[in-house]
Amino acid sequence: MAYTGDNPLMKTVEEIKAAIEAAVPGAGVDIISNPSVSGQHSLLIAQSHALQVAQFLRDDTELALDYLSNVTGVDYLDKEISEKVKVTRTVTKTVDGVEQQVEETVDETRKRVEPGYLETVYHLFSVAKKHGPVVLRMRTVNRTDQVEMPSLTPIWRGAELQEREVFDLYGVVFTGHPDLRRLLMWDEFKDHPMRKDYVEPDDFEYEPTPHDQVLERAKQHAASESASIQEGAETR
Amino acid sequence: MAVDQQLKIELGKQGVFVTTIEELYNWGRKNSVWPMQFGLACCAIEMIATTMARYDLARFGAEVFRPSPRQADLMIISGTVTKKMAPQVVRLYNQMAEPRYVIAMGACAISGGPFKQGYNVLKGIDRYIPVDVHIPGCPPRPEALIQAFMTLQKKIDGQPLTGEKRPRHLNPEAQGEFPVPEQGAHDLEPTSNSGVWPIPVIIR
Repeated sequence: MAYTGDNPLMKTVEEIKAAIEAAVPGAGVDIISNPSVSGQHSLLIAQSHALQVAQFLRDDTELALDYLSNVTGVDYLDKEISEKVKVTRTVTKTVDGVEQQVEETVDETRKRVEPGYLETVYHLFSVAKKHGPVVLRMRTVNRTDQVEMPSLTPIWRGAELQEREVFDLYGVVFTGHPDLRRLLMWDEFKDHPMRKDYVEPDDFEYEPTPHDQVLERAKQHAASESASIQEGAETR
Repeated sequence: MAVDQQLKIELGKQGVFVTTIEELYNWGRKNSVWPMQFGLACCAIEMIATTMARYDLARFGAEVFRPSPRQADLMIISGTVTKKMAPQVVRLYNQMAEPRYVIAMGACAISGGPFKQGYNVLKGIDRYIPVDVHIPGCPPRPEALIQAFMTLQKKIDGQPLTGEKRPRHLNPEAQGEFPVPEQGAHDLEPTSNSGVWPIPVIIR
């Protein structure tokens, strides 16, 4: 049986989805099912109605999700999908000495890039009803220039620090957040270290016991260093 | 001028105590090292245990943990030094009065430890400030800290007052302030103080 928290009487995700859509018209809620044993299915909510949906989840007497336990981020990179498509083409062919227009089916590999996005995940519980978790997800348009997302801090005050952390480490910009500053890294820091394409500083100058990845990085560092020394010698 | 040990014992039997200024000065110094009250991570818990009754660092004259760097002689770097914290650690060290000493306690403080490959962890505080004693361990037991403390006492005891090897506080030309690293866009700048930590040559 899927885990539904301490109170088995809590609604299923399908019922919650229906309740949201009844209360907030046009909310656009999708269910992302979790095939694992835990069966913690989550609700993907649209940015445009996020605040109304959150307000409903908190204030609804049956759900009363008054406690936000955790906010975290996920980074999905751009995905290149190559798929084989059958294409019919008209080809001019010489059949029996006569030029003819013949239709032919050819397999063609098409590549398309599915743009990546940043996602935040909110875990909600109800202290009043003793049930949970309800998992909410929200996505940005892409992961480069449209990384805004409505902040849920006005609904759950506990989101404030955790949204700052997501902003710091993933670079999600929460609109409507009262105090969106970096939380863990320093203010001058420019990168978002939990993103999958984050490039660490090349500080492998001294590795007394390198192994595996560290050995690789140390070798790369040594190679780049000797190259820069040679370059310096040549310019001199 | 060193006193001949045999002669000293002989004179002691006659009720005459002979010493040198150097010996007396260092004896006083090594038995009144006041550490700074300053902890960074889980090693600090072991450091606190060391000062409590069971291990009792007071036996070595170091029971007074000072809350101000101005009054402290010893900085125990007890725990992970993050890149966000490193400038503050160097600044605190700069604020301590000479003579001052540093014990880097635990794997993190000496090398970054289990977090070495993290984007936010400094790979050893000895990149920015001179460290007198390194203690490995994760975390080191209180006995290890006491061992480090006794090593430091030996070091203090062996410091000459004059000559080439005299410590920094007796050398007016010695550099006393260590540059505080800037927090840059991607990393600390500079990534190490080459005057304190020339990149060690690895011999394989």
